[in-house]
Amino acid sequence: MTDIIEVGPIVAAVPHQRPRRTRTGGLRRNVRAHGFLIGAVACFALFSWYPMIREFIMAFQRTKRGQTTWVGWTNLQHITADPAFWQAWRNTIMYTLLALLLGFAVPFFVAVLLNEFRHGQAYLRILVYLPVMLPQVASTLLFRYFYDPGYGLFNQILHFLSLPGSSWLASKDTALISVVLASTWMNMGGATLIYLAALQGIPGELYEAAELDGAGVFRRIWHVTIPQTRLILSVLLLLQIVATMQMFTEAFLLTGGSGPEGSTLTVVYLIYNYAFNFNNFGSAAALGVVMLVVLAGFSGVYLWLERRTKEA
Amino acid sequence: MYARIYGEATQDGGPGALEYAKPLRWLPTTPQGSLIIGIHQKGSWMNTYRKMAAVALAAGVGLSAAACGSSSTKTTPGTGGSFSPVLDPATKVTISIDCAPAANKPVESKQWADDVAAFNKIYPNVTINAKPMTKCEDPAPFTAMLQGHTETDVFYTYFTDKQQVLDSGAAADITKYVTPQTVPALKDIQPAVLALNADGGKLYGLPRTNYTMGMIIDRALFKRAGLDPNKPPTTWADVATDAAAISKLGNGISGYADYSAANTGGWHFTAELYGLGGRMVDSTGKKAAFNTDLGKQVLQNLYDMRWKTGGIGAAQMIKWGDLQAAMAAGKLGMYISAPDDITYMTQTLKGNASDYGIGPMPGTQGALTGGDDYYFKKTDTPDQIKAGIAWLNFKLLTPGKGQFQYDRNKTGGLPVGIPEPEFFAAGSPSLTADNSNKLASATLPVANYEQFVSNPVTPVVEPPNAQAIYKVLDGAMSAVLTNKNADVAQLLAKAETDVNTVLANS
Repeated sequence: MTDIIEVGPIVAAVPHQRPRRTRTGGLRRNVRAHGFLIGAVACFALFSWYPMIREFIMAFQRTKRGQTTWVGWTNLQHITADPAFWQAWRNTIMYTLLALLLGFAVPFFVAVLLNEFRHGQAYLRILVYLPVMLPQVASTLLFRYFYDPGYGLFNQILHFLSLPGSSWLASKDTALISVVLASTWMNMGGATLIYLAALQGIPGELYEAAELDGAGVFRRIWHVTIPQTRLILSVLLLLQIVATMQMFTEAFLLTGGSGPEGSTLTVVYLIYNYAFNFNNFGSAAALGVVMLVVLAGFSGVYLWLERRTKEA
Repeated sequence: MYARIYGEATQDGGPGALEYAKPLRWLPTTPQGSLIIGIHQKGSWMNTYRKMAAVALAAGVGLSAAACGSSSTKTTPGTGGSFSPVLDPATKVTISIDCAPAANKPVESKQWADDVAAFNKIYPNVTINAKPMTKCEDPAPFTAMLQGHTETDVFYTYFTDKQQVLDSGAAADITKYVTPQTVPALKDIQPAVLALNADGGKLYGLPRTNYTMGMIIDRALFKRAGLDPNKPPTTWADVATDAAAISKLGNGISGYADYSAANTGGWHFTAELYGLGGRMVDSTGKKAAFNTDLGKQVLQNLYDMRWKTGGIGAAQMIKWGDLQAAMAAGKLGMYISAPDDITYMTQTLKGNASDYGIGPMPGTQGALTGGDDYYFKKTDTPDQIKAGIAWLNFKLLTPGKGQFQYDRNKTGGLPVGIPEPEFFAAGSPSLTADNSNKLASATLPVANYEQFVSNPVTPVVEPPNAQAIYKVLDGAMSAVLTNKNADVAQLLAKAETDVNTVLANS
């Protein structure tokens, strides 16, 4: 119909003859749409795709005295020979696991709890989301004061309860979990609201039916809530893994990056160190590529599981 | 005070003479960081210094200086034209330069503007586009700036940035432009300080300030703890005793504190090792040399103060800025540092100037040295280089002018009296004039720095791949300060292995 109006009465007189759609003709017709698209594509190309391609190239280069040369796999060999490499990966994986344990589960249960409130839910939502609205640097530095072994809030509370204080960030045994706790507090608001939205989309009849069948709170969560929010849980799990594996700011501000005996040294901080402290952009790019491959692997596994689940 | 100290030194050839590892070139930095640019105790070195300085100047600054001695123009081989290091007054030049004072420093900003106006009376043909900065260098943005080639025509760096700047291909060779004609005080600048701006016999920068590290103390806390603030500790045994006494004051006060994060722990490990006479790497620059009794002593001192004698408090993972804030708040008895931390605490953190004193580096066998300078952008035209050198000479390298105009600083309420910069050679007319001017306008209690100034310690430069080495040593430093079960020997052995790997891959 639209085509007929555009090409005019001659074509309209022969309705079953399809108008020839040339590539240039298509472009001309959609010039406005393409114009809008160009801006976005240019932004992505310049600020996302080009840096990624450049990173791949730099991973195989080295610059000395202003001369850039191809060094093949040397950068990769150097980073894997660096003693900090494996420690950074160990810490990153440990951080991710702890962050999943706390940062994934806690917001979910907070959301379930919030969903149960009939009154004041809006205020509670604001309360939970408030830490997200604080600048990350400000809230991280706040935790630095809280964690101070001498005058910090947490040890004051422990002492008030007649419990022994902790070294928090000043011990290799507690530094990483301290960073996870701070990070969870700062970031759980967003995840909680998403879970809450998902929970509120679950039909109430399902809970009523479960209750009639004699299901308690935990069985309702296990058999109704979790299956009904499985998709959103899966998406957030993937996002959580991708985000937590790139942790930088919290460790940088709380422990100066590496932490006691390198206990909070993460892969991203190591990349930062290579690039900006050692001026070794080749190694930084090589480690960035390794990180990209690992994260792409997680995404691949997620997609595969998703497909398998659907097929089943 | 300075005139007396340095004056006497040059009379008997004592403190003030310079020792060089490789004195005949502008690249005397030995791989293990043993370029010794400072003050030597033996009298015979004074004459040696003068000879070496003369030779270095002739060989390094060199050929151009000799060429310009007889004539202001000389044909440069290969160029086909005439060359003069002096800026032609008829040539209009515009240069951009960073590290100008920002608006949050109104006095310094006005001084800068006044200096530009005075400079333009001499060089009306030069336009200076200043880039104000609240902090002259932040390592990460600085690296990004080099990678993006967005540096100003004349740009600020730390001494330790030299390799990074050269590897980035960012710096212009200014050797032929720096002559006694363009920098009249050149003969008075310690050649070894110039050497920190040179590489492969070529000069790339000119110094702005320099320092050697010492022990900054809070004199008020020393008094409260019953200690003599005029006698800062010069051995680590004394540091431990004094720190324990100060920590006993309670109320969150720590007698001593040290860095252990963001690569600053390794930096201070190096400084403390130098103080005891050790070195970080061997003569090849490819092997760690700190896993020795001296290295173990450094870590053991800290471990004992933290866990046995109570001189160090529980707050750890400290990095730059934390110690200064703690001392300005009256919560820290002492820490090792460059003297200009006193300026920072007084000016920025509004600490009480009379509370701060400084003594020599404990161990007194060597003191880590550092400083900052200006380099010239690779793409600068010859006229821009000439104009930049003229400006730096006016602003930074002429006694009585620019940064050395102490009477103006005093009038403006800026602190005067810190024993920095110290790049003029002992006994040189420039140093004599500078010390005299500084004393006449001192606003800080210079008597508090007497122990530092009268007990000079041989400066030693940082090791190669300093930041990568420091990162490794952060681990050992944080371990002894946070882990009661830390094994010093094991930590150093692991750090040695790790540093050797880092050096092999560099």
